[in-house]
Amino acid sequence: MSELDIVGPQLAILLAAGAVLVWDALLPSRRQYLPYIALAGILGAAIWTSTWVIRGDFQTAFDGTFAIDQYAVFFQYVFAGITAIVVIASIDWVDRVGRRQSEYFALVLTASAGLMFLAGARDLITIFLALELSSIPQYILAGWGKDQRSSEAGMKYLLLGAIASALLLYGMALLYGFAGSTLLTDISAAISNSGADNRSLLVVASILLIAGFGFKMAVVPFQMWVPDVYQGAPTPVAAFLSVGSKAAAFAVVMRLFFEGLGEQFLSNDWAMIFAVIAAVSMTLGNVLAIVQRDIKRMLGYSSIAQAGNFMIGLAAISILGEHFVQGASGVLLFVAAYAFTNLGAFIAVIGISQRIGSDDIADYAGMWRRAPLLALALAICLISLAGIPPTAGFWAKLYVFNAGIQADLAWLVIIGVLNSVISAYYYLAVVRQMFLGEAEEEQRLAISPTVGLALGVATVGVIVFGIIPTPLVDAAREAAAIFAVS
Amino acid sequence: MLLSVLVFLPAFAGLLILLLPSDRAQQSRWVALLGSLVALAISLVMFFNFETGGGFQYVAREPWIDVGFFDIQYFLAVDGLSMPLVVLTTFLTTASVLISFNIEHRPRAYFASLMVLSTAVLGVFTAMDFLLFFLFWELELFPMYLLISIWGSGRREYSAMKFVLYTVAGSAFMLVAILALAFSAGTFDMQVLGSGEPITSAVLPLRWVFLFLFIGFAVKLPIVPLHTWLPDAHSDAPTAVSVMLAGVLLKMGGYAIIRTCVTILPGQANDYGIWLAAIGSISVLYGAFVTFRQTDVKRLIAYSSVSHMGLVLLGIGALGTTAMVGAAYQMLAHGLITGMLFVVVGLMYERTHTREIGKLGGLARQMPLIATGLVFAGFASVGLPALAGFIAEVTVFIGAFQKHEWAVLMAIFGVVLSAGYILWTLQRVVFGPVRHEWDEADDQRHWWEHASVVGLAALVILLGVYPSLIMDMLDPAIGVVSARVAG
Repeated sequence: MSELDIVGPQLAILLAAGAVLVWDALLPSRRQYLPYIALAGILGAAIWTSTWVIRGDFQTAFDGTFAIDQYAVFFQYVFAGITAIVVIASIDWVDRVGRRQSEYFALVLTASAGLMFLAGARDLITIFLALELSSIPQYILAGWGKDQRSSEAGMKYLLLGAIASALLLYGMALLYGFAGSTLLTDISAAISNSGADNRSLLVVASILLIAGFGFKMAVVPFQMWVPDVYQGAPTPVAAFLSVGSKAAAFAVVMRLFFEGLGEQFLSNDWAMIFAVIAAVSMTLGNVLAIVQRDIKRMLGYSSIAQAGNFMIGLAAISILGEHFVQGASGVLLFVAAYAFTNLGAFIAVIGISQRIGSDDIADYAGMWRRAPLLALALAICLISLAGIPPTAGFWAKLYVFNAGIQADLAWLVIIGVLNSVISAYYYLAVVRQMFLGEAEEEQRLAISPTVGLALGVATVGVIVFGIIPTPLVDAAREAAAIFAVS
Repeated sequence: MLLSVLVFLPAFAGLLILLLPSDRAQQSRWVALLGSLVALAISLVMFFNFETGGGFQYVAREPWIDVGFFDIQYFLAVDGLSMPLVVLTTFLTTASVLISFNIEHRPRAYFASLMVLSTAVLGVFTAMDFLLFFLFWELELFPMYLLISIWGSGRREYSAMKFVLYTVAGSAFMLVAILALAFSAGTFDMQVLGSGEPITSAVLPLRWVFLFLFIGFAVKLPIVPLHTWLPDAHSDAPTAVSVMLAGVLLKMGGYAIIRTCVTILPGQANDYGIWLAAIGSISVLYGAFVTFRQTDVKRLIAYSSVSHMGLVLLGIGALGTTAMVGAAYQMLAHGLITGMLFVVVGLMYERTHTREIGKLGGLARQMPLIATGLVFAGFASVGLPALAGFIAEVTVFIGAFQKHEWAVLMAIFGVVLSAGYILWTLQRVVFGPVRHEWDEADDQRHWWEHASVVGLAALVILLGVYPSLIMDMLDPAIGVVSARVAG
């Protein structure tokens, strides 16, 4: 029973996924309540997570393969928030598509449960299963649209995802062969016993793992699916993909590499890999984002660059050794800030694109006059993505860069800040288009209340944490502190 | 408390302006004028109650964000260096509001932006926490971008974006340096960083830290070769924005170099002072030569600004008390004189609708008042004795001569050139054959236009004949800095 208690939040969400399907089968005429069932499940998960925070007595379950600790709790809140916002933002769109509504919400919830399992997974097999649990629904969702581009996106995502899973499994197999156990703690013990003798084997395993997760994080050179999938997938799904699986991949990589592969001789190796990936991802993502005409493709490339920013934090933590709480909390802060900012941006795009029927940035001209609130919210989110104060994105970048400076990675931080300049150019170009451009038609756009609500929550979060970042920073620090103990 | 009120008062006025109902949008100018006048009054009260040589005063200090390593304060204060700059800012804000009194296109947004800009600049001059300083530094970008791109002329969006990108690129380097410094010293407090033993090592080599900070500020100053945004921004900005840009925004660069580069890293300043002086005198010369080639009056003033701000860097590079006081004085003088030049040129443009020197001529007959203003400001810019610019230039030259003889000689040649281009321009624009297009031009259209011209001229004369009013305030504050550099 206590083990079920530990995975309670995940179960609540899965239960809601089942309930959505059953409700649709039994009461097809009352479909409009489906999203509220989904939201109830998410709320339940959040409350259950909160009881663990109140109890304060964190523990592991299933022979140590799954843990609920501050780190897992932090991510469970983030994922619950992401899923709730995505569900609210989808209501309008799903209603318009008008088919298989229950399946849509059930898949989103299942993916979300997978993400939550990832946050607490401490065992290779659990990690892999949780990853697949979140990935497979996302493959389906990417192909959910009726048009050919959506099908292409789904297929592309599935095929490349399968390759990534294969690489990941191969890396895990190497680790298992080396340590004789799939538990991260056992692997860590085996590595420190054997010393540096098996270093080359472990480096190969690390590279395979990074490749597998790199696909989910969408970092160079595993990014080629991103623009096509973001552009082709339905926008609410693209929003979900852009933050959910990315955040989960970072969550699990941090745990895997620190609990499992944290030995110093090894971490210096993978820190370099992270640093190089960070530099290349930021630069390539930003440069390619400049030339995009389609806002979803632009956001796709920008999300590659943003993943590069996270990576600065990862590289820094690895080098910092015992001082890494600073860097780890920076990454967590970045993940949370990015998640809500990027969601906000995507939701604003949902709101605008649905009405004007175009994703072309040129068609956003004069949006300030046609839909002032949407334009303002999108502007705030883009400014936050560019890392300009006073927004949450600024503090996130500040923390990550600061970790980089402390870790003596000045070269990487300089590349990072120069990339911020590049990114400011294309983010602000959209803002300029909306506020200074001349609209071809002056007709006001109606915003659906649900999109407005989802957007409002995300945008207010971006601003509030931009002015008072302390609570979020504190939460991130507490979550990161678990690595200091282990 | 008083300082906090002063800094945020303009932004508060801006907020009130935005809240005005749309049918009373024309009233926004009065709110802006009132706000800027009250700010001016507060800053004057502070100025006359300032205790000369008393270090940092009017301190406002609260803990703001305190999490682990980051201990960021809300910390404002003024000393002898920043006090005159604060008054300059409030004064030029008032002047800018006055000369934009007849703005009709979206007046609420215009005046609100102008007011926020004023708050940002005041914040930069008074923030004593390095991160707060950085935030104000960035805040200034938003209103400037809007002001140039909405109310500008010509290639306004290009110029506005260029301005933003140059500044953001510079501040990217600045942020790295700030983080490196703060991490090594364990504090963002600029007063702590700038007193006691200078830090001797950081996670980055200190010469990099110095260089990165310098790049961030040099873009603003601007120095050759980072200056190319300035002529574009000036020629496309509306008059009042040019006044703010030349008058106070450029001063942020010079102020910050003295306040941070030199004060916090005196050892590196000693090592690289000669480079600063060299870059400064190159800027003076290059700016002067390029000015000769300009045919647009606003671009001409913009390039002459590059030349004059080179003198500021030359003075800072000499690192002695006299030279740095001269540099600070030059900032004030240039702020007033160039502000006045832009005001007068703006008034002229409203009547002639051209800034091409070749199309102008003989304005002395048709617009005697404006022509007088232009001649006065031109002479002040050349450095005519008894006007502010003269005192500044002479002080810089005297202070820097011993240390960097050759640089001063180059710069003096640049000043001679400035006499050439200013007089040549005046001759072509103000004198020469009368053109009859503007026979009907109305010289004295509105009281507010002349109020700002007269006010600026009065201050230029005041600073020219009574320099000790400011010098006495600058001297102790700068003395502390140069004593640190001397070791």
